[in-house]
Amino acid sequence: MLEIKGLKVKLEDEDKQILKGLDLTVETGKVHAIMGPNGSGKSTLSYVLSGKDGYEVTDGSAELEGEDLLDMEPEERAAAGLFLAFQYPVEIPGVGNMTFLRTAVNAQRKARGEEELSAGDFLKEVRAKAKDLKIDADMLKRPVNVGFSGGEKKRNEILQMAMLSPKMCILDETDSGLDVDAMKLVADGVNALRSEGRSFLVITHYQRLLDHIKPDVVHIMADGRIVKTGGPELALEVENNGYSDILAEVS
Amino acid sequence: MALAKLKSDATEARLAGVTLPEGAAWSNAARADALARVRQMGLPTKRDEYWKYTNPSELTAAEAPKAAIFDAGEVPLFDAVDRLKIVFVDGVFDADASDELTGEGVEIERLADAMAADIHWAKDLYGVLETRGQTPVERPLAALNTAVATDGVVIRATGKVAKPIHLVYLHKDETSDAVLHNLVKVETGAEVTLLENGPAAARFSGCLEVEVADGGSFHHVRAQGRDHERRTVTHCFARVGAESSFKSFTLTVNGVMTRNGCVLEIIGDDAIAHVAGVCVGDGNDFHHDDTVFITHDALNGESRQVFKKVLRNGATGVFQGKILVKEGAQKTDGYQISQSLLLDDDAQFLAKPELEIYADDVACSHGSTSGAIDETALFYLRSRGVPQYDARNLLTLSFMAEALDEIADPTLAEELRDRLEGWLARRS
Repeated sequence: MLEIKGLKVKLEDEDKQILKGLDLTVETGKVHAIMGPNGSGKSTLSYVLSGKDGYEVTDGSAELEGEDLLDMEPEERAAAGLFLAFQYPVEIPGVGNMTFLRTAVNAQRKARGEEELSAGDFLKEVRAKAKDLKIDADMLKRPVNVGFSGGEKKRNEILQMAMLSPKMCILDETDSGLDVDAMKLVADGVNALRSEGRSFLVITHYQRLLDHIKPDVVHIMADGRIVKTGGPELALEVENNGYSDILAEVS
Repeated sequence: MALAKLKSDATEARLAGVTLPEGAAWSNAARADALARVRQMGLPTKRDEYWKYTNPSELTAAEAPKAAIFDAGEVPLFDAVDRLKIVFVDGVFDADASDELTGEGVEIERLADAMAADIHWAKDLYGVLETRGQTPVERPLAALNTAVATDGVVIRATGKVAKPIHLVYLHKDETSDAVLHNLVKVETGAEVTLLENGPAAARFSGCLEVEVADGGSFHHVRAQGRDHERRTVTHCFARVGAESSFKSFTLTVNGVMTRNGCVLEIIGDDAIAHVAGVCVGDGNDFHHDDTVFITHDALNGESRQVFKKVLRNGATGVFQGKILVKEGAQKTDGYQISQSLLLDDDAQFLAKPELEIYADDVACSHGSTSGAIDETALFYLRSRGVPQYDARNLLTLSFMAEALDEIADPTLAEELRDRLEGWLARRS
């Protein structure tokens, strides 16, 4: 599904290398987790994959189902099936959440040459999915993320993911700022979307989220590279011993 | 002294060819008084404090600059609204194109007819609010309008007026120089909606005086647009009574020079006065100016000024807004926001927000910002698959939303929103 080879990325405005030759393959239908200390480049990886400005790829490649991601505009990556759940979802005053969702869904359908969803069909689908995530009608009407609590924002990200049905979902520290109940709700939303044709890359600091979203593979990232890869037990090791042991072991 | 002489010479030169329309004795006196006010104040020059950001020379020149006729070839605005239509072609009432000037709960007359009557309620309004509005800031172009206005309507709402009254302006003469003066008197507990749109003339001066009695409600939605060479100055003077409501919204699109002045005075307790505007401008020759002055002279008044400007490609926007809270006007709630979205580095926004408060128990806030499209929000939308072009337009529309929300009627708001979308689409 996602194949990253030797990816090197620096900041556009500064001479600062963040990713230093990252290799990562996420197979179709699998859930991979990336853990790592602060500053290891986890969020940068998610931004570079989704096409945010401000980064310069100096070497390497990233492909989604064989297509060169790095050559695409952010909206083309989305239409190709990539989705990033933001660590800090953006507030957009003046744009209703429903309008936003519908614009996004139909823009992607259009880009893929599919017919746009009718207002009625869209409404039916969004209501059903919102209900599962305990998102009420008021949240759908309000401007995108404006006045939403931390938990509401994250649930709103998962709602977007559910509506857009991407192939490759990247969750960037989706657990940050969530209490236990909210995390469970978000995790349930993600788990409901797990399927044979869909892959996940879950970026997190803590093992906690991985209790709820069980990964197939766990990677440890440090200083711009994947330094260790293993099964779910690797996350437990981090939880019990911190990163220092692992980093010491691989250095 | 030399400057004052220069100013009075320029004023005399401008007034040399002016003749005042004849009417009943009271109206002749009102016009003569207005002309005297113009002479006493002198016509504005860019040296005047309130014309610092807007050069009035094209508005004061003896000859109106030529303006090409523009036919957008689209359905006129508010066409689907069930309304009472009053048409002016280059500033002249067109009876054939207009509806009958009758309606439930309302009396409507042509200005000239009202001004010819020896006894008429218009006597207590024509030029009266304009005169009050000359202090503390002089507005000589409004006085000139009162002196020379050739046409217009006078509207008296006595009840809840069922249909909006729609003033439709048409421009058919490339050199027309129109001066219209309209009066609206909203009686106690009455309600009326006034719509205005269309290119009025090559150069246009419009003056609207509105008196809202206790418990009355006045709703005004205006669109200035699609005539690319428009030069216009408008003034709205309003005085609102206890528990009354005044709401005015203006959309300005294109044009060369637009100055919209609004002077509101809250004289009764628990009244509401809102004035809002959206302007979208493209190009070096676009200049748009909102100059607003709201006076609170009663208890528990609420006023809002909400102005949003989208500017690109060298366009200039100006906002001069003031809230004056007089002594004793306690519990005043005054809000003022003026914001510009600068779509490139060449556009500019000049803002002068002012507060002057003489009461000690009030809540007044004001803010003014200039900014570009929020790149973070743009990326967020694009990461969800919305193409850059659509995302930019969506964010531009969202920037204007707070001002559009000031329009109470959702159908009218939606129609203006559609026009704005069209404008953005034509320019992407």
